[in-house]
Amino acid sequence: MQVIKFGKFAALVVAMGVIVGCSSKGGDTGGTGAVDPNAGAGYTTPASSGDDMSSEEAALRAVTTFYFELDSAELKPEATRALDVHAKDLRAAGNRVVLEGHTDERGSREYNMALGERRAAAVQRYLAGQGVSPSQLELVSYGEEKPAAMGSSEEAWAQNRRVELRK
Amino acid sequence: MKMLKIWLTAFALLLVTQNLYAQGAIEITRGTDKASPIAVVPFGWQGGTPLPEDMAEIVANDLRNSGMFAPFDRRNMLSTPTQASEIFPRDWRILGVEYVVAGQINADPGSDQYRLQFSLYSVVREEVLMTRTVSGTRSQLRDMAHHLSDQVFEEITGIKGAFNTKLLYVAAERFSVDNTRFTLQRSDYDGARAVTLLQSREPILTPSYAPDGQRIAYVSFESGRPEIFVHYIQTGRRERITSFEGLNGAPSWSPDGERLAFVLSRDGNPEIYVMELANKQLRRITNHFAIDTEPDWLDANTIVFTSDRGGRPQIYKQNINTGVTERLTFVGNYNANAKLSVDGRTMVMVHRQEGTRNFQIAIQDLERGNLRVLTETSLDESPTVSPNGVMLIYATRQQGRGVLMLVSTNGRARSVIPTQFTDLRVPSWSPYLP
Repeated sequence: MQVIKFGKFAALVVAMGVIVGCSSKGGDTGGTGAVDPNAGAGYTTPASSGDDMSSEEAALRAVTTFYFELDSAELKPEATRALDVHAKDLRAAGNRVVLEGHTDERGSREYNMALGERRAAAVQRYLAGQGVSPSQLELVSYGEEKPAAMGSSEEAWAQNRRVELRK
Repeated sequence: MKMLKIWLTAFALLLVTQNLYAQGAIEITRGTDKASPIAVVPFGWQGGTPLPEDMAEIVANDLRNSGMFAPFDRRNMLSTPTQASEIFPRDWRILGVEYVVAGQINADPGSDQYRLQFSLYSVVREEVLMTRTVSGTRSQLRDMAHHLSDQVFEEITGIKGAFNTKLLYVAAERFSVDNTRFTLQRSDYDGARAVTLLQSREPILTPSYAPDGQRIAYVSFESGRPEIFVHYIQTGRRERITSFEGLNGAPSWSPDGERLAFVLSRDGNPEIYVMELANKQLRRITNHFAIDTEPDWLDANTIVFTSDRGGRPQIYKQNINTGVTERLTFVGNYNANAKLSVDGRTMVMVHRQEGTRNFQIAIQDLERGNLRVLTETSLDESPTVSPNGVMLIYATRQQGRGVLMLVSTNGRARSVIPTQFTDLRVPSWSPYLP
């Protein structure tokens, strides 16, 4: 449980890092090094609400791994925000992606293969609900065969219970 | 808590013992009440250079693995007979040894043929129970030793020996997150003489021997997606059996070797199908929105499988002709990957007890329903039973590596299968081989 909290925290830190990174470069993005004419000396323009949106979107777009609780195929609420961005992109581009389902090492391997597919299918269902064509979403389950983290700790297990969206 | 458990066990034993006495005449089958002390004396060999295999050691290990014998330490033997006439019962009685195996190895001059003449002697009865010869080439010394073990084992227990059998398993060598080499291995049941049958950069899973011992089935992700293959061991010829969208997994041979049960999710959900191999005719067996997987055959018309239709994974039995389905497991909140013994009386499976986080291997009596946990490890999976039901091998983890463990079904013998590989999984025991 603590590990999962840590995972969330880490994800948040990464997301914030991206946001901060973008907004600190905010001055550069507008006009190739041009300085905001409205800005007084020593005064940095706060990012506009539009920039805020797109940088947050970029951060969410970077999230391509979605984690699950033990023996569960239920999407976590925080996953849906990133999936909304992916749904928008997929609707616009019409490209095909692979949803790879994974589990932790506990329990039997073939049951985990089915559980991994159930997780990938949960992501597929959500994206389809957002208007993405199911034909754009290929499912492959690897069960416990391709762990992201090695070891038999709660931390490793939490990182391995996942669906990866691969372009 | 532990103390309490010990006292309870002691009390239960006391009750059982009293009950036994009360009933009077009780016949205790030798070898199941306790492990019989047996001495496998190093075999005589007159050749100049030592043989590449310690055959007596192989025999002692075989007998120990059955859980029915306690091989006597050769360093404490008072004499080292190499034929029946040299066995003096008092030398062994004083050591508490019940049986002695002694023998002599000879090589035909100028040929690659070796002969091992051995005798099995009963110290209690002071008589020779059998004298036989096994023979073979230098590369068959291990086979000869296992063959000897089979004969000694059957002579004493009345159960056909299964030491001359093979094991399939997958070895994984992980170089990085995206770079693992998977190989399908076939070795002796005790892990010796491993041979690579298949190598892939993608996972290989669930190998299983056909009843004829000639063909194997497995799942390979070599194309990037799971597909089921049948592979002929002698020729190396492979046939792709299924390549449907979604899951293609958990292949299991029917008792006659003519059909394969497996899992497909092509209809949107993991279901069990049976294929007639001769004409590739496919029949859907289960129809449920839950996960149905890991079929194993009880007989020609009945399969058992894992399903979470009750909320948690449990084992079910289904008549594939009538569709009548029955739940088999009620103890524990996770039961999966059941493997039936050849006689259909017991099944082993991955089991998690209520209130624990350990996945262990348990054995269940199908007639009486009682369940017994066999293993003392905690991330156990993929049990596979020897064709005589005496031993089982399963996969577990030790220091971050997958290892294969052998336990006797009476729970007495336990050992790690020695290997040159770093990470092993999905063992599958062969049937009796010719």
